Amino acid sequence: MKNLWISLKITLAMCIVLGVGYVLVLRGVSAVAGPNGGEADVVTLDGQIVGAANVGQSFTDSTHFWGRPSAVNYNGGGSGGSNKATTNPEYLAEVEQRVQDFLAAHPYLSRAEVPAEMVTASGSGLDPDISPRGARVQVRRVAEARGLNPAAVQRIVDSLTQKPWLGLFGTEKVNVLRLNVALEEMCKN
Amino acid sequence: MNTEILGVILQWTLLVVLCYPLGRYIAKVYRGERTWLDCMAPVERGIYKFCGIDPAQEMNWKQFLKALLTVNLFWFFWGMLLLVLQGWLPLNPDGNPGQSPDLAFNTCISFMVNCNLQHYSGETGLSYFTQLFVIMLFQFVTAACGMAAMAGVMKALAGKTTKTIGNFWVFLTRSVTRILMPLSLVVGILLVVNGTPMSFDGKQTLTTLEGAEQVISQGPTAAIVPIKQLGTNGGGYFGTNSAHPLENPNAFTNILECWSILILPMAMVFAFGFYTRRRRLAAWIFGVMLFAYTAGVIVSVWQETAGSPQIDRMGIAQELGSMEGKEIRIGSAASAMWGMTTTVTSNGSVNSMHDSQTPLSGMLQMLNMQINCWFGGVGVGWMNYFAFLIIAVFISGLMVGRTPEFLGRKVEAREMKIATLVVLMHPFLILVGTGISAAIAAANPEIGWLNNPSFHGLSEMLYEYTSSAANNGSGFEGLGDNTPFWNISTGIALIMGRYFPIVGQVAIAGLLASKKCIPESAGTLRTDTGTFSLMTFAVIIIVAALSFFPALALGPIADYLTF
Repeated sequence: MKNLWISLKITLAMCIVLGVGYVLVLRGVSAVAGPNGGEADVVTLDGQIVGAANVGQSFTDSTHFWGRPSAVNYNGGGSGGSNKATTNPEYLAEVEQRVQDFLAAHPYLSRAEVPAEMVTASGSGLDPDISPRGARVQVRRVAEARGLNPAAVQRIVDSLTQKPWLGLFGTEKVNVLRLNVALEEMCKN
Repeated sequence: MNTEILGVILQWTLLVVLCYPLGRYIAKVYRGERTWLDCMAPVERGIYKFCGIDPAQEMNWKQFLKALLTVNLFWFFWGMLLLVLQGWLPLNPDGNPGQSPDLAFNTCISFMVNCNLQHYSGETGLSYFTQLFVIMLFQFVTAACGMAAMAGVMKALAGKTTKTIGNFWVFLTRSVTRILMPLSLVVGILLVVNGTPMSFDGKQTLTTLEGAEQVISQGPTAAIVPIKQLGTNGGGYFGTNSAHPLENPNAFTNILECWSILILPMAMVFAFGFYTRRRRLAAWIFGVMLFAYTAGVIVSVWQETAGSPQIDRMGIAQELGSMEGKEIRIGSAASAMWGMTTTVTSNGSVNSMHDSQTPLSGMLQMLNMQINCWFGGVGVGWMNYFAFLIIAVFISGLMVGRTPEFLGRKVEAREMKIATLVVLMHPFLILVGTGISAAIAAANPEIGWLNNPSFHGLSEMLYEYTSSAANNGSGFEGLGDNTPFWNISTGIALIMGRYFPIVGQVAIAGLLASKKCIPESAGTLRTDTGTFSLMTFAVIIIVAALSFFPALALGPIADYLTF
């Protein structure tokens, strides 16, 4: 019985130390040092918020760079992967369909040039990035749709390609939303 | 060498280098020696005073376990109540409803046993109140509970014959105030700076570049992620855990979070060495665990970076490896590394979808959890290894015709019986559970549990019970597991998988502690040698791995061979 009494009290004490103390310290730090005062960081175009920097969104227009397939159609209120096994025949048929669609939208590509990451779904369904190669293969389509010089579009891609951490660790990536926003800005000027 | 592999090597190095000094620090904390966090002493004194705990009071192993089990039982009711009622409680800006009783049962048990199997999705299944006062609270205190149990075992094995093994409440409190909370603060601050949200304002609604409306879930994420990793909990804030770009925004946070999974379980091995002044034994134990872990990492990284053979056959460019269920900013190598790290410990957080990893990686993940003692959960993982040590001592004792002894104490029939029961309970829970569910799924093909056909379908069920019994909490998430059958059956596996071993291991330590200490002589079987370590390794492989071989052959191995 004494143990039960201690259990209640120690749980309440921990609620205060952790649920209030620890949480408020972090909340305070985030208000000062977080990129958006503790909220998810956002990207703006002409002063308008057009998306969260770290959350991918759906791009289907031919004037935009596209992100990766998403099992939840970029629903930022949820998240989810396909959870398909790479040995599942139904899944492989789905990927084949995506390859066909990608080739139809980019007729100048050969099959061997289609990057696998552009036809496989991400883990979160909200992947904000594509690989530099995934961007490169789309440059000609975007340039043609906007009547731009492909070299100029490629320059934007290059300037927005993020190197691995400290130049040494991890992957190279391009944030699709920032890329498309930069594109919109260039077209306006 | 490519930068993805360099990232994996960096992480491995940071773990191995930093766990040693941290282990020494932890030993000091439990011995009550001076440390640089003595500034926490007033907080601790406040807690003892408020709760009516006498920190000087020593407990014998039965009192110790009674306190441990009572507080856990209390947490069960606490969690159940808050989860069912969360719809009416404050801090619920998204208006999420209370959980159904069977789901609340599963959630509550799984967080109480430090497992964090999640049959709900964080964005819609919890309010900010329950995220903080059930999920985060449990992530701290249940990890501390496992560490306290290990502190008791260390005290029992440390020195002279003793009836008492320390004060449970003191160990519990110190684990939070001096180890888990300070480390979590450091990790949390680094996450906040890198863009992990920490707010209470509810979902953001915004209009995308193409004019669609998008809702962004956020909340006090940065408070939960550090302890989810450090306490080997694994229950993500968002549904997809650390694959979610807000929970794990870039390559640096990925390295930091993955490091946080393993650092405490690794440090606990050395803490044992420093506490009991048997550093050689600790180093050998560490060596065996590190070898098994590293071997798994190498195979899995190779498998995932090589890509899926089925996708290869489609003739497209698979330069980045197998990317289904993985994120670009993380990459296939770091996803494979995480998959191994989260399953050798009882963590269970994920940064890629394990269901979509290649079959051999899936098999290694299951094998890690089935063995469940390559580092393992904070505190409890080392204790699982301890049970195997007792068995290895006994078997080698019989082989060379000497009285089995461990750390100067005779190992007798009673301890052996407990150790054997503890070790065999694990395969029993997993294989019986999988057997029953496979029979049900086969008899009712329309039941709709499985997301993938054939061998991989069996793997989904095998993985779920393995993860439950090992208190891991990751899943082959294609499994439709939020049904009363899965909620309740895995709930039972969770309870048995947690308390049975803890009670058994503390009891063994308590029994050993009260025995007469026999001075070591030339006739003593030394446990701090390579030969004995190899022997323990062999016992683990024979007992744990081979019990699961038939099930693995029907699941991932058959999956791998079906090209």
